[in-house]
Amino acid sequence: MSERDGKFVLPIGPQHPSLKEPCSFKITLDGEVVEKAVVEIGYNHRGLEKACESRTFVQDLYIIERVCGICSHAHTSAFCRCVEEMCGLLVPRRAEYIRGIVGELERLHSHLLWLGVAAHEIGFDTLFMYTWRDRERVLDMLAAIGGNRINYGVNTFGGVRRDLEPELIAEIGRVMDALEEKLKYYFELALVEPALIGRLSGIGILRPEDVRRFSAVGPVARAAGIMDDTRIIEPYGVFREIAVNGVTDDHCDVYGRTIVRVKEMLESVRLIRVMLRELPDGPISVKAPRRVPAGEILIRVEAPRGEDIHYVRSTGGDMPDRVRVRAPTEANWHGMSYMLEGFHLADVPIIIAAIDPCYSCTDRAVRLTDAGGSSLHAWEELRRLGIERYQSLGIDPSGIRLREFPRG
Amino acid sequence: MLLDILKILLFPGFAFLAAYAFLLEYVDRKAYARMQNRVGPPWYQPLADFFKLLGKKVIIPRNAGKRTFAALPVVSLAAVATAYVSVPVWGRAAIVGYEGDLVVVLYLLSIPTICLFLAGFSSHDVYTIMGAFRTLTQMFAYEVPLFIAFLSPAVLAGTWSITGILAFYADRPLLALVNLPAFFIALLSAQSKLERAPFDAPEAETEIVGGALVEYSGRYLAFMHASAMCELAVVTSAIAALFLPVLTGFAAADFALYLIKTLALLLLLTLLRASVARIRMDQMLNFCWMVMTPMAIIQIVVNLFLRGGLGL
Repeated sequence: MSERDGKFVLPIGPQHPSLKEPCSFKITLDGEVVEKAVVEIGYNHRGLEKACESRTFVQDLYIIERVCGICSHAHTSAFCRCVEEMCGLLVPRRAEYIRGIVGELERLHSHLLWLGVAAHEIGFDTLFMYTWRDRERVLDMLAAIGGNRINYGVNTFGGVRRDLEPELIAEIGRVMDALEEKLKYYFELALVEPALIGRLSGIGILRPEDVRRFSAVGPVARAAGIMDDTRIIEPYGVFREIAVNGVTDDHCDVYGRTIVRVKEMLESVRLIRVMLRELPDGPISVKAPRRVPAGEILIRVEAPRGEDIHYVRSTGGDMPDRVRVRAPTEANWHGMSYMLEGFHLADVPIIIAAIDPCYSCTDRAVRLTDAGGSSLHAWEELRRLGIERYQSLGIDPSGIRLREFPRG
Repeated sequence: MLLDILKILLFPGFAFLAAYAFLLEYVDRKAYARMQNRVGPPWYQPLADFFKLLGKKVIIPRNAGKRTFAALPVVSLAAVATAYVSVPVWGRAAIVGYEGDLVVVLYLLSIPTICLFLAGFSSHDVYTIMGAFRTLTQMFAYEVPLFIAFLSPAVLAGTWSITGILAFYADRPLLALVNLPAFFIALLSAQSKLERAPFDAPEAETEIVGGALVEYSGRYLAFMHASAMCELAVVTSAIAALFLPVLTGFAAADFALYLIKTLALLLLLTLLRASVARIRMDQMLNFCWMVMTPMAIIQIVVNLFLRGGLGL
């Protein structure tokens, strides 16, 4: 909101039409060109890792399901695999297939959502409406499987909670046929539409060496030609039996990320068809113990946005000692300033959108031990600082009585 | 005299322009929605929006120029309405037609754009100032091809009155085909003048939140929107008069043709809006200066030679 040396500092966020969740970007502009971009995250800290530590593993599963509003299944898959590996459970093959099918359906709906958001960011609302219309079909299928459009609750320790009926399998097949036709159309559109190519290509460049430097993951890395798909480099579950055709691109820009995502959707459609065809018979879950043996484990799962890492440490009780969730967006934030600088203001929303950011999945509290002075405050101190801040604005909230909360 | 005043105030003047602008906005929004596979608004939605805004509280930013802030919507709407009386609607003659009214109409149509720039600039907000500068930059880019494209038919017809140009081409309909390139340039420039996709960078909501009008609210915003809608009606009417000279000789039938022509032009503009992404400012400048302006200049040179060759 200020002007320094004839240069504008344009705030994008914390509240801005192009951001779906609060996050702040301070964009220093030289004319229309971004000279400096400062990313400030941390508006969405929910303390869910801490919440997991004070609940049982089964309760945690439902917290983990709500880490992300889009890739909920990827997170529970990772968490379930952590617990299953520690307990030494062997998940039935049918359950692995159903997990795979739901996971790929989730990838479809996530990428379709992304395509719509990206189209909206560059002012192409027609494509936005079309992709979200098609996404509804996928969400309907997910609702038919799990009962919910987003948090399907399909995963459980030792397998899945819902089976696929033959009618549902046929219906998913029909939806895939319809969707494939639409996806091919979008793919051709991305290849020929000049305004779309003009807006997407050559911006937000992240070359292979930059990808390694900033440890970017997912479609951002794959658009730079680096194959980091966990389903391929470290196959898990159903992907040990069904090979995934990896998708990479060498554009290194937003256009490349678009191509990668559209091609991945076509690959997901193929995978779902194969999994539906080869769906084995048998049980869908095995009984899991309530207590998890002591130990620690790190599991990687390919979420729609990239590699999702879960770390769980148990001391042998029914509650985890430590849960760490590294959502893929967390890895992609580091290169964001670098991607933004040097491009036009008009490109900022689409470059931010191109990593498919998931703000609230990412925010964690960090304590800097060697940064001089602790920025951690006890509750009473925080309250005192808050009152001082409001008093400096001419409002005095110190008279407000708070109910005492028991705190451990 | 009294009849002329009634014509200007009621039909086919200001009152009709307002009503028709609401209709055009409805058609635009409905067609846009249908093209996007949406249901779209009911027919009274533009009216409802307008009256709802009239009843809303007006907030003027503390450091904005209050008089300028309040005057701009009125000036903008007045300029557009004045331009409309020189465009033929009922029959083949405009209410107020005179030699040179084409240039006056073009200048009057620049006023809403300048008002938009001033509105953004006087609001003193970082988003409105970005929007205002984009509006002005865009204006410098499209104004040249727009003027040349509008003047090309005038050069061939040898008159600078819209009524005269319409009469000239109505007698020689085949000659209007010569102006086809200028017609498309005029359509594209009109799209950028009206700040519709793909030329909607000045009000790009995903970048600068809405541009110059961010701080506008209540009845001032309603009138700013109304003037943009009326501008759409006037620009399509002017293009219809200059480039689509199909007339019957019966005033009522010509009026029906006018409605068909303007609605068809609007649908073309809506189709364009629905089928492209927003282009960046630098791409927009390149397109206007490297593609549209040279094409428009070629058109006017061709028309000059043609006029000499045909001995008109």
